[in-house]
Amino acid sequence: MSGILVYVLHFEGAFNKNSLGAVSEAAKLAGELGTEAHAVVVGGDDLTDELCATLGSYGATKVFRAKGPEGLAQPVVDVIDRVLDDHGHDYVIFGGGLLGFEIGAGLAARRNAGVTMEVTNIAVEDGRLIAERPILGDSQISRSRYKGLGIIIGRINAFEAKESGGGAAAVVDVEVEYSPWSTRARMVTRGEQRGADVNIEDADVLVAGGRGLGRAEAFQLCEDLANVLGGAVAATRAVVDAGWYPYSAQIGQTGKSVAPRLYLAAGISGAIQHKVGMQASENIVAINKDRNAPIFEFSDLGIVGDLHQILPKLTEAVKAKKG
Amino acid sequence: MKICVLVKEVPDAAVEKRIDPSTGRMDRSGEKNLNPYDTHAMEAAMQIKEGGQIPIDEIVAVTMGPESAVRALHKAVSLGADRSIHLSDEALAGSDVAATGYALAKALEREQPDIVLLGQQSDDGECYTIGAVVAEHLKAPSVTQVIKLDVVDGGLRCERQAEYGYDTVQVELPAVISVGDAINTPRYPTLKAIMGARKKPLEKVAAGDVGIDTARVGAEGSQVQCGEFKAPPAKEPGTIIEDEDTDATVQQIVAWLEERKLI
Repeated sequence: MSGILVYVLHFEGAFNKNSLGAVSEAAKLAGELGTEAHAVVVGGDDLTDELCATLGSYGATKVFRAKGPEGLAQPVVDVIDRVLDDHGHDYVIFGGGLLGFEIGAGLAARRNAGVTMEVTNIAVEDGRLIAERPILGDSQISRSRYKGLGIIIGRINAFEAKESGGGAAAVVDVEVEYSPWSTRARMVTRGEQRGADVNIEDADVLVAGGRGLGRAEAFQLCEDLANVLGGAVAATRAVVDAGWYPYSAQIGQTGKSVAPRLYLAAGISGAIQHKVGMQASENIVAINKDRNAPIFEFSDLGIVGDLHQILPKLTEAVKAKKG
Repeated sequence: MKICVLVKEVPDAAVEKRIDPSTGRMDRSGEKNLNPYDTHAMEAAMQIKEGGQIPIDEIVAVTMGPESAVRALHKAVSLGADRSIHLSDEALAGSDVAATGYALAKALEREQPDIVLLGQQSDDGECYTIGAVVAEHLKAPSVTQVIKLDVVDGGLRCERQAEYGYDTVQVELPAVISVGDAINTPRYPTLKAIMGARKKPLEKVAAGDVGIDTARVGAEGSQVQCGEFKAPPAKEPGTIIEDEDTDATVQQIVAWLEERKLI
């Protein structure tokens, strides 16, 4: 057994929560397999010895660090390829997020390895890892085994970051010669915020709007209801991409993850990419005119109807209740 | 220059998807359609061509799949592709995502495209990853989940949402780009284009024709062993209200919220 390697993403001197979750998961699995969990990081000077060593508290015993461009997948493939050449890990694990998909898939191609994405659970059987992935709208779970190197890409929020009380991780610098094609993509701007800054992560109540609103102006219906409920307004990726609502209000795979007491989804179909960002909410209410919308499969209260009729009346009724 | 667009036929969204218990693979029978995301990739190709900043001599649609996949190619051609290539071989059946990407890359290698476009995801299985696999085999830079694509300085300027906000990435050609559905509004094919689609050149190729090592594809050659399934943890189904009288519906919602002390 030669261990489990975890790619850890960072931005402006802080590690990504999903990556830290993957480190915690890998450390737990390594314990069961009788091996070690290591981390690999790629970036600039903000990856200090001190910062990298903190990965030890999530269970990594060693951190491989390479200098390289940030936010791009292919340079990281080069780095991991090199680390695997030198150290021969049996598995590489990624937390949820877009770069994990790209790096994991590129690495599978580079090393002719098996790759599974959207993984929500990793089991140990006969000294080997099995990746479990929900498929077909989460109606079934597919289990993957690997013939050789196994690459496991987690679903967002699948693995919880836990400080296990481990000591500082050893930091090992890796020298990498980047592939020609890895240097032919260049980051122009990274992490740009667009639109107003909205804080949705601390709200107890969220009224979220999706494509079913029909147009940007209809967000007013969500804002009115959120106002009387004492909550905030959130949005799906589709409507943020369409420019109807600010990016900072976006829930889901590429947005924020929330777990309010009440999540009221208006005109949201409930695609997996949205679901992963809000399924931990305590109470989920969905209003959608399509009876077959996936959101009704995981909502606590589902209303099949026209949100344009229901939301204004609901706002009035809540207002009247509150007197 | 040449653009290749990877397309795929998927079960129509209205057809219930299921795993065939006898093979452990997706049951791909039933109504089929072009993967909706791929229509955005076709549209992006047309816009690059029509934009005229780089001269595009031809757009080639490429697919891998059984006999029926020809329909996805006809659709792609009706949306503007000049010709199409159908990679089809028994040896490819049951390929995992890495093997599929390898096989597609071999078919593309022969074409030497300057730009490869594809939809960022398909409705029926693999997510987000084919583009990165293809790019690695073609030794080309790659960006996935792109929602804005412009020709800048002879290369492509790609915008996308990433973990920390919007990223803008400049790539040199040749490049592999997967696009999201916010990137454009695909045009509808004209009746003439639909009728004419069957007359455009369609080349059928087998694994051996494009140099695919059959030991690396199919269920045998794939590095992931799937075919084992289990049921997810059961969740209590929620209450459903069909809204017939909105006033009554609203009262029911308010009562439900009050019961849970949410108001």
